[in-house]
Amino acid sequence: MRITTTVNSEPRDVDDVWEGESLLYMLRERMGLPGSKNACEQGECGSCTVYLDGVAVCACLVAAGQADGRDIVTVEGLTEGNDLHPVQQAFLDAGAVQCGFCTPGLVVATHDLLARTPQPGDSEIREYLAGNLCRCTGYEKILDAVKLAASRMASSPTKVAK
Amino acid sequence: MEFLTPTSMQEALEAKSAHPDAKPILGGTDVMVELNFDRCRPATLLDLTRIPELAEWGRDNGSIKLGAGVSYTRVIAELADQLPGLAMASRTVGSPQIRNRGTVGGNLGAASPAGDSHPALLAADAEIELRSVNGLRRLPATEFYTGVKRHAGRDDELITAVHITPPSGPQQFCKIGTRNAMVISVSAFSIALHPDRSEVRTGIGSAAPTPRRAVDAETWLAAALEANGLWESRGALPEGLAREFAGLVAAAASPIDDVRGTAAYRLHSLSVMARRSLGWVWNDYASGQEH
Ligand SMILES: Cc1cc2nc3c(=O)[nH]c(=O)nc-3n(C[C@H](O)[C@H](O)[C@H](O)COP(=O)(O)OP(=O)(O)OC[C@H]3O[C@@H](n4cnc5c(N)ncnc54)[C@H](O)[C@@H]3O)c2cc1C
Ligand code: FES
Ligand code: FES
Repeated sequence: MRITTTVNSEPRDVDDVWEGESLLYMLRERMGLPGSKNACEQGECGSCTVYLDGVAVCACLVAAGQADGRDIVTVEGLTEGNDLHPVQQAFLDAGAVQCGFCTPGLVVATHDLLARTPQPGDSEIREYLAGNLCRCTGYEKILDAVKLAASRMASSPTKVAK
Repeated sequence: MEFLTPTSMQEALEAKSAHPDAKPILGGTDVMVELNFDRCRPATLLDLTRIPELAEWGRDNGSIKLGAGVSYTRVIAELADQLPGLAMASRTVGSPQIRNRGTVGGNLGAASPAGDSHPALLAADAEIELRSVNGLRRLPATEFYTGVKRHAGRDDELITAVHITPPSGPQQFCKIGTRNAMVISVSAFSIALHPDRSEVRTGIGSAAPTPRRAVDAETWLAAALEANGLWESRGALPEGLAREFAGLVAAAASPIDDVRGTAAYRLHSLSVMARRSLGWVWNDYASGQEH
């Protein structure tokens, strides 16, 4: 089937999509956007988190056909030109990236959290990121990264736009 | 594989009638796992996410009609004051990403004994709306669950909504799992007081082949509250009453041993949840909170 979407603000059409495949597969294998990671394909790890019409979802659990005509933003779409988004930069600066496999999903989930709750407390962060697994960092540095991003975004609010 | 994308209720019902074996898909949080792991290969997927009616909720003569495709996130954000039991259950489902996509309609379609919305729906005396090209019927939740992952919907029918009259008294939902997020319940329990009709309703999850009510426990408790004039006085519960209620709740379950827990643990945790949640709803009732 043919799928017509907007991905990271650009119109993208793909042909010959198999009806049973996931949005994650389509993004990675047909659209050349490997930022969203495939780790579990069952909604458990959050590495594939993307925005679908502005809502954070696991791309592995969306059928490609359900994304037809919809607006998708992936981790690649959060950068501003050549600049990393403050959330992305904070993950690097806080040492919240080890193997990096969980990072794209955590970045999108954090981006969504901060859009709703600009200054989240520890328990809000833990609650909101409960669907994102990391096997390397032990999460402490991830919490640091979220707080660093929150404070930087509060002091330069223009960067929040997205 | 065929992928059908009806954009109206009528089109969806016609599609289901023409393809009775079509697999409906709403949030996909159950269906896509099956597809990704090759556990099912339906000839036809019937996408129901483009039907406005399914994605809405509204009031209907004092009751709430919750479209099958309303996400848990929206139940929590928009219905917590009117349906606190269901909202509490919704908060325990998966993760934010799962709640953004998963729906009560999909939970009903999957009809897992571990589905978290079921105990709350049972305690609220919810009715499930099923539709086909030939018409609409409403089944009490008690008649909807027919077996492990089986429900009373026919092949030509779709689950279109849930009708819930907000219980007139306080409600609770509790679930036991290995961590605080992202867990399938080992056992779950929900209770609602219905003081307007001097009744109690319960729902048990993950402790029988289907979600079910603890009917004897409900009847016994309502009678005990009546006999002690407690519906009117809102006084303290007599010593031992919550414990006896908890025993009757556990007696209504018929759990199995599986990877998530033993039958004995399920019975024990159920009775603890029943005892505690009765205390909580009674506290709310005694302090005059209607829910
Ligand atoms: C990581 C993860 C965590 C989870 N955690 C929980 C949890 O804590 N508690 C819990 O209860 N569940 C949990 N689930 C299971 C799932 O999220 C829920 O069952 C959810 O309610 C399913 O809703 P959905 O809209 O995604 O359903 P879908 O996957 O779209 O559909 C589910 C089933 O219902 C059928 N169906 C869908 N719509 C209709 C309809 N209108 N008429 C008839 N049949 C229909 C489908 O064919 C399918 O069999 C979890 C799943 C994942 C992946
Ligand atoms: S790959 Fe989608 S949640 Fe793990
Ligand atoms: S950095 Fe390796 S999984 Fe998180």
